[in-house]
Amino acid sequence: MDFNGSDTLPGPRTEDHLPHTAQAAVKIVIVGGFGVGKTTMVGSVSEIRPLTTEETMTQAGIGVDDNYGSESKTATTVAMDFGRISITDQLVLYLFGTPGQERFWFLWNGLFEGALGAVVLVDTRRLEVSFDVMGRLEERGVPFVVAINSFPDAPRYPVSELRKALDLSEEIPMIECDVRRRASSRDVLMTLMRSLPSLALARSRA
Amino acid sequence: MTPPRRQRRYPAQEPPPPAKPERQGEAKNPERLYVVAGADEDGARAALDLVTLIVARADPPPSATPEQTAVLRLCAAPLSVAELSAYLNLPFSAMTVLITELLTAELVQARAPIVRQAVPDRSLLEAVMHGLQRL
Repeated sequence: MDFNGSDTLPGPRTEDHLPHTAQAAVKIVIVGGFGVGKTTMVGSVSEIRPLTTEETMTQAGIGVDDNYGSESKTATTVAMDFGRISITDQLVLYLFGTPGQERFWFLWNGLFEGALGAVVLVDTRRLEVSFDVMGRLEERGVPFVVAINSFPDAPRYPVSELRKALDLSEEIPMIECDVRRRASSRDVLMTLMRSLPSLALARSRA
Repeated sequence: MTPPRRQRRYPAQEPPPPAKPERQGEAKNPERLYVVAGADEDGARAALDLVTLIVARADPPPSATPEQTAVLRLCAAPLSVAELSAYLNLPFSAMTVLITELLTAELVQARAPIVRQAVPDRSLLEAVMHGLQRL
C-alpha cells in the first residue's frame, strides 16, 4: 500500500476523532457462529462505521494448527469487525465481533483476557454452533450473557426450554434481541454490564 | 420440537491447552505454547492490546519511514491499535511491531486499557452503563 500520499491517507473522519482527554479503553467481545449477526450488532451501536482488523495465521499457527513441518505453510487470514462507543471524555468502549473458533482468539493479544465480558449471540436455527463457544468461555472464566438474535423464520422455543438446552447456570442472563435495532443491541450490552458483579460472585464461589 | 442440548463446563485451574498439543516434549506443559504464540515471541515487543490508545508525541521526524509517518499523522488524536490496524490495512501483529518502534523512539505514547478484574469495579460499570444509556 502507498503510505506517501498523505492527502489521501485513510483515517477517521474529523467527527470521529476521540478527544485528547481519552485516557483508557475497555472492550466487550461479541462471539458467535458465522452469519449470526455479530457485525450487525457492532454496527447498530457503534458511533463509527464498523472497521476490520485482520491477522494472518502463518508462523503463529504452528502447534495450534496441525501444519507443523509441512513444506508449504498456508496462510489463513482471519478478520474481526469492531466498533466504538465513547462513554465519557476519558473512557472509550470498543466492541469486537469475533469468530466462534477458539483457535483464532490467540491471534489478538488479550482479546478475551482483558475484556469486561462477552455476548454469545445465538441463532435458534443453529443452536449447537454456539455450544463450544460457551464451553470455552466457561473454561476461561470469561463472564458472558446469551443473546438470542430473533430471526423471523427461526424456531421459537420457550425461554425455560432454551435455558435447559444450553445448560446455563442460573446467574447467566439470556435475552432475546433484534441486533438490527440499536435499542435492542444496547439492552443486551446493558444486561451484560448489570450482571457482571453477580457473574463474578458466582465464579468466585465455584 | 426439542432443541439440541449442551453440557456446561467449568473454569480450568490451568489455562486450557491448545487444540492439538501432541508435540513431543512439550505435551506436558501445553499452556506455554499458547503463551509463546500469543505474546511477544521475540521478547522485544511492547505489550499492546487491541484497545491500547496511541497518541503522537511529536511530528514525524525527517528520518521517519512512510509507515511511521502515517501512524503519527493518524495519532494526532488518540486512536486504538485496532483502529490503526484497520485504517492502515496492516495485520495486528505488524501494527504492534510498528508501534513498538515508535514507542522506543519516544514518538508516541501508549495509554493502557482497563482490563477485567476478579471483582468488577462498580464505578466503571456504572460509567459504561451511563454511556450506553445515552446511545
